[in-house]
Amino acid sequence: MSNHAATMVAHKHPSDVEGAKIGMWLFLFTEVLLFGGLFIAYAVYRSVYPEAFQTAAANLDTFIGAVNTLFLLTSSLTVVIAIVALQKDKQKMAVWMIWATVLFALGFMVNKYFEWSAKIHHGIYPGSPELLADHSKGEIVFYNLYYTMTGLHGLHVIIGLIVFFFVLYFIKRRPVVTEEMPYEILKNVRGTSRLAVVSEKGEELGTVAQLDDKVELVDIRLTYEPVAEKRDPRNFVKLENAGLYWHLVDVIWIFLFPLFYLIT
Amino acid sequence: MPSHTLDDTVQNGESYLDVKGRYTGVFGWIFSVDHKRIGLLYLGSVFVFFTVGILLGLFMRLEQMTMGETLMTATTYNRLFTLHGVIMIFLFIIPGTAGTLGNFFLPIQIGAKDVFFPRLNLLSWWLYIAGAVMALLAIFTGDGMADTGWTFYVPYSTQTGTNVTLALTAAFILGFSSILTGLNFVATIHRMRAPGMNFHRMPLFVWSLYATAWIQVLATPVVGITLVLVILERTLGIGIFNPAMGGDPILYQHLFWIYSHPAVYLMVLPGMGVISEIIPTFCRRTIFGYKAIAWSSVGIAAVGTLVWGHHMYVSGQSSTASIVFSFLTFFVAIPTAIKVFNWVATMYKASIRVEVPFLYALAFLFHFLIGGLTGLMMAAISVDVHVHDTYFVVGHFHYTMFGGSVFALFGALYYWGPKMWGRMYHNKTAIVALVLQLIGFNTLYMTMMYLGYQGMPRRYFDHLPQFHDAHLVATFGSWFLVSGLLLMIGTLLYSVFRGEKAPANPWGGTTLEWQIPTPPPLENFDEIPTITDEPYAHKEEAV
Repeated sequence: MSNHAATMVAHKHPSDVEGAKIGMWLFLFTEVLLFGGLFIAYAVYRSVYPEAFQTAAANLDTFIGAVNTLFLLTSSLTVVIAIVALQKDKQKMAVWMIWATVLFALGFMVNKYFEWSAKIHHGIYPGSPELLADHSKGEIVFYNLYYTMTGLHGLHVIIGLIVFFFVLYFIKRRPVVTEEMPYEILKNVRGTSRLAVVSEKGEELGTVAQLDDKVELVDIRLTYEPVAEKRDPRNFVKLENAGLYWHLVDVIWIFLFPLFYLIT
Repeated sequence: MPSHTLDDTVQNGESYLDVKGRYTGVFGWIFSVDHKRIGLLYLGSVFVFFTVGILLGLFMRLEQMTMGETLMTATTYNRLFTLHGVIMIFLFIIPGTAGTLGNFFLPIQIGAKDVFFPRLNLLSWWLYIAGAVMALLAIFTGDGMADTGWTFYVPYSTQTGTNVTLALTAAFILGFSSILTGLNFVATIHRMRAPGMNFHRMPLFVWSLYATAWIQVLATPVVGITLVLVILERTLGIGIFNPAMGGDPILYQHLFWIYSHPAVYLMVLPGMGVISEIIPTFCRRTIFGYKAIAWSSVGIAAVGTLVWGHHMYVSGQSSTASIVFSFLTFFVAIPTAIKVFNWVATMYKASIRVEVPFLYALAFLFHFLIGGLTGLMMAAISVDVHVHDTYFVVGHFHYTMFGGSVFALFGALYYWGPKMWGRMYHNKTAIVALVLQLIGFNTLYMTMMYLGYQGMPRRYFDHLPQFHDAHLVATFGSWFLVSGLLLMIGTLLYSVFRGEKAPANPWGGTTLEWQIPTPPPLENFDEIPTITDEPYAHKEEAV
């Protein structure tokens, strides 16, 4: 062996897809408990002020809420299709489906924007004079919880959007692989390929076949695009974990929607 | 997401302290993803804050030495005990054993080269530093450090003009750091055990870290959202806990203790794990009741999540709730007692080698027994109503946390220090420091429990004449304690830089960390070992 190799050993440990998923599930547990604290608060106050909660819920726009539910449920479907597509190496399909998910998420946020601004326009926001003067304590609690819980959920939708942009970047990145083989003995490669010979300044000098016998050692750099099954399997885990997160965001909304909009 | 290529490259077998990575000097440490270097980063940082916390405690004792306002005003005293609590709990004791020794020895003890998410591990240390910086900013900006106590009870915490928002944000970030450590440890234990190491062949320290990690993952988010709600009330006027807006301040206490009671178990469980390592090594025999100790860690973690209401007997919660919480609190004593009995049974008829780590283990048992039994007293509702919010509670808490888990941490540093930095400590100085600590600790906190039983309320900056003599005794005790602690820190620092070279296995330990060179090579093992036996199999010595 030449003195270039072997003395340096890379510190690596095996990539483990299962472990990456365990990590994601543990993170989702923490998310469930984060929202869990708020759901406990909701349960407590709902039992203290059952009538005020119904009155206040009647003022929320069930139609917008239903449309948003539809958006999120469909976006969970598109994520699943994207995962399956990437599994079957239909990369274009996967990318399209992630874009569809992103569009639904954006639609959700736009709806949310109109919904919140309408309420704020009517003077219903935390600490507003109208809210404190004209509404009962139970309704004030309801709106405080409404803004906190849907706000935190909206923040998670935005984080999900950012995550999907990262996944898109990783999937679309051209998986070009470069391999370096310094100091290869020329005899071993001559005639087996039509490798281009490049001088140190980058000028093309012809092919390997044209070199004469005085040349013994060459540096070889191979640049190629791997076939489908050689592509980075970690992209798939990234998408799958992003999908898991997105389903959680969806599930939380599935609880928020009836608790805030449908209890009238 | 995980990328498992570490930054450092290494010649096989070279010590992790000598490895030249991509960066050198300080950057070689603060950007290293090696679990051993991160463990030492944590160790250095937690001990800086520990020293600050000690000094804050000392100042409080000095104020109590006399009656009336001498050293500081009442507000300053309030800030001091808040800062003392925040530093000791969030910056010292929670990452104190898991972040330092857990990071260093968990992968080695299960026969792995690193934790599962090495970069996440480094991120958790950076988050710790970010949280610490925010806590420091809270002291020096605006209206100064919060004066609410580390519990941040509403409604006072939403109304005081001090820097509560910044202190809460710091606690939130520190919680996130703690969650990442827990998440990493669970994934590591599940995916990276060496071949043959099933769960019942794992060292008991690993079991305790496993239970701790689950508490970190499952309990911390609840306090996270609770602190966020207080921040939202202070900044946006969302008064979830504000009675004027229909809110309920008691709900804050529930949500706070849903985390903060399990948190005391996540503080003490790693300490119990340390004791389960030290005792079989110095008794030179296998541990008695391995499975009972292992599963009692999980039992403590599980039952410990259901006892939070015992902090709230006088809060106005329903008496039915109080009775249930009282019963569950008695129940959590069972797995704890199982551990103590098994440790003592391990010592029975063993040929014990008495060294400093073992002495610390004994000190742990002594203190923890007192702390645990006074805990049972307070689990009884009638007694607790009498001693609630008195020095008795403060004394009890320090017996379990300080006398218990922190003394276990000290023992662990003497036990594992030779492996971590490859140098021994000076034996006699270490023993002198321990004796000073024992005298000071018991004089201080035993007196506190007496004071509390006589009716001295906690968090008062002044006291009545009938409490004066006892306060004086407690302050004398604090001087012994502080000098013992400083002497110990000095002894450890001296051993790090100047101590004699340590052999690979100075104590005759049987777990994996003693089978590799000292200090460990970067990748811990040249070849991943195959495990065929229990962790504490002491072979009979040749005659």
